[in-house]
Amino acid sequence: MSIDPGPVYLDNAATTRVDDEVARAMVEAMTVDYGNPSSAHRLGVRASALLEGARGEVARALGGEARDVYFTSGGTEANALGVRGVAEAARGRHLVVSAIEHPSVLEAARRLVDKGWTLTEVAPEPSGVVDVEAMARAVTPDTALVALMLCSNELGTVQPVFEVARRCKAIAPRMHMHVDAVQAFGKVAFTVGQGPIDSLAVSAHKIHGPKGAGALWLRRGARVASLTVGGGQERGVRPGTEGVPGAVGLGAAARRAHAERGAAIVKMLALRDQLVEGARAIFPKLRVNGDPARTAPHIASLGFVGVAAEPLLHALEAREVYVSAGSACAAKDRKPSHVLKAIGVPDDVGVLRFSFARFSTSHDVTRALDALGAALAEVT
Amino acid sequence: MSDIILLCRFGEIFLKKDNRSFFERRLVENMKRATAPFGARIERTHGRILVEPRADAVDETVAATARVFGLTSLSAARRVPRTLEAISAAAVEETRAALPSLPTPCTFKVEARRSDKRFQPASPEIARLVGAAIVEGLGLPVDVHKPALTVGVEVGFEHAYVYARTVAAPGGLPVGVTGKVDLLLSGGIDSPVAGWMAMKRGCDVAATYFHSFPFTGDRTKEKVRGLVAILARWHGPMKFRVVPFTDAQKALRDAGDMRMAVVLYRRMMMRVACRLARLRGATALVTGEALAQVASQTIENLAAIEHASDLVVLRPVLGHDKVETIAIAHRIGTYEKSIEPYEDACSMFVPKHPELHAKLDKVLAIEAKVDIAALVEACVAGTETMTVTA
Repeated sequence: MSIDPGPVYLDNAATTRVDDEVARAMVEAMTVDYGNPSSAHRLGVRASALLEGARGEVARALGGEARDVYFTSGGTEANALGVRGVAEAARGRHLVVSAIEHPSVLEAARRLVDKGWTLTEVAPEPSGVVDVEAMARAVTPDTALVALMLCSNELGTVQPVFEVARRCKAIAPRMHMHVDAVQAFGKVAFTVGQGPIDSLAVSAHKIHGPKGAGALWLRRGARVASLTVGGGQERGVRPGTEGVPGAVGLGAAARRAHAERGAAIVKMLALRDQLVEGARAIFPKLRVNGDPARTAPHIASLGFVGVAAEPLLHALEAREVYVSAGSACAAKDRKPSHVLKAIGVPDDVGVLRFSFARFSTSHDVTRALDALGAALAEVT
Repeated sequence: MSDIILLCRFGEIFLKKDNRSFFERRLVENMKRATAPFGARIERTHGRILVEPRADAVDETVAATARVFGLTSLSAARRVPRTLEAISAAAVEETRAALPSLPTPCTFKVEARRSDKRFQPASPEIARLVGAAIVEGLGLPVDVHKPALTVGVEVGFEHAYVYARTVAAPGGLPVGVTGKVDLLLSGGIDSPVAGWMAMKRGCDVAATYFHSFPFTGDRTKEKVRGLVAILARWHGPMKFRVVPFTDAQKALRDAGDMRMAVVLYRRMMMRVACRLARLRGATALVTGEALAQVASQTIENLAAIEHASDLVVLRPVLGHDKVETIAIAHRIGTYEKSIEPYEDACSMFVPKHPELHAKLDKVLAIEAKVDIAALVEACVAGTETMTVTA
């Protein structure tokens, strides 16, 4: 007798399944404690308490303080605040970002160029690591903002953000250091106190929370212009009635992610090794993108020389194994990934991104490898 | 009941003497189906078809009616009593309502027409008097040769109709009067336009799409289904078939001559499409092929491809330049969908240098090495069929 083993979801860097406990907390926030946190009556007070509880959870997971956490509609909005909001409040007119940032950072910075800022995009090493000195060389006394992601969404490579913050601030002490930690949150051990960073963005749906919820941690005293105006919620940084259910979901997801982070990292690293070794056994010319010594545990970017990525993805899909070709955000329009280009992946290499969650199992990897063997045979 | 009536004109079906009543009946049926979602009533009278829209759905009914093949134009008219006073007052009102979308100063003329010839005064005099009322009421200049606005008056047996808004309809013949055809539809720009042109000439069209999963993802299938939904706005509900084509495509690719691959795929599509077409009694295939638009679309290749079809193959866009096809695609609403970036031809299956002058004996020699009949059977057996509505 066999039971349907169900799909193998290895696209957790695109999004994750919402944890049941998180969903329950959100339903309660929508149906029981549904008040407006700004209301003076007790329903408002209860909603406000939920919101502040969630803020505390996010702060604990980041190693910071609750009053420095601002809820947003997701990672993209948090990055927009950290880039555009910061730039508009700053005196300097020069920006430095790495060339492999997520579009929510890179495009936000490029748009500022149209409004009179100058921008330096710093290319990564072929290993996928952005060199500290290369970032420092780009900084001038007029630099208002430096942005670098903590973990690359396409490669899984962990970037030296705290070292970059220290080196760059030695050159331009007044500059703001923004960190996109959307992929790192819950998967890489760090705290906001590890170095002189000024803001850091996180998202709920990458850690088994809901889509449409995120947060910006902002160093006290750091200046940021709000993107919209309204009723002054979130101390004016992010006005609009707080998305309490989303914030509660982010809080609950952050609590679990933080509590289980150590064990999850060990487990996911083992799964990643199993996957990479297994894939290499099937496809000897496998190219593993990113620096193996600096990899996050949950992302493996695997290049298959001479294989088109998208048919391979669909052939895996037909076997109920779900992954991404490059980055899910860019896969739809088939433009070559700016990240893979920046680290010099040749055009004839099809790249699949496998990404794990703390729920992933060794059995998932075994099934994914079986499917990979069959899929490669099908599409080549 | 509103006092707005759509006066719908039909063109060519006048000419088809023996078939006229059949054509008209089908036209009215098609109009009923197109306007049914908006609850319009339809009646035939004095060389026009009248559509009475629900008061809250006039614009929707106009738009739906303006997509019915066989109609040449329609005017949204006010229905008024048969007196010159009522007609003149309505003409001033309708003209005023039409002015914002017209150039200033707006020249105009009045055209009058009587179905009931007993009505006096005669048509030219009606036009003169109503024109005078508009000059007096709105101060617009008359230009009987090239007016910016034509105001129409039609006197029927019970009511008169006055309009200043006329919308073009696609012309052609009512869908269904010339027969059933099957369209080979891809996700590109040309084949939806070819299907639309077949509909315009009165064909009942079903669409067949060849899907090569995993080389083509299901997003492409969804895109093609979306194209059918757009065509269904003109045609009415359409039959849509998805043929699993991967195995056939692989077998043909590996048959020995990659240069010939495109011709072999298309011959296979012809065979499968013919089988599926016959299942519903269709008597022709329609393709989006255009002569020499891509390097492999040569006369020799088209001939080699057509040889595999036992039905006549219609190519409505054969003589179009790409820009002409694109202009139609814009007009019929398929362009934006067609340029969505989900490719339907995986590069693995397309030779770098395709054969330009396929010789039939060579094609047949390659096919002799493949079990063509079994591949056709498998394609037909695996075909998924659905009905797509707008």
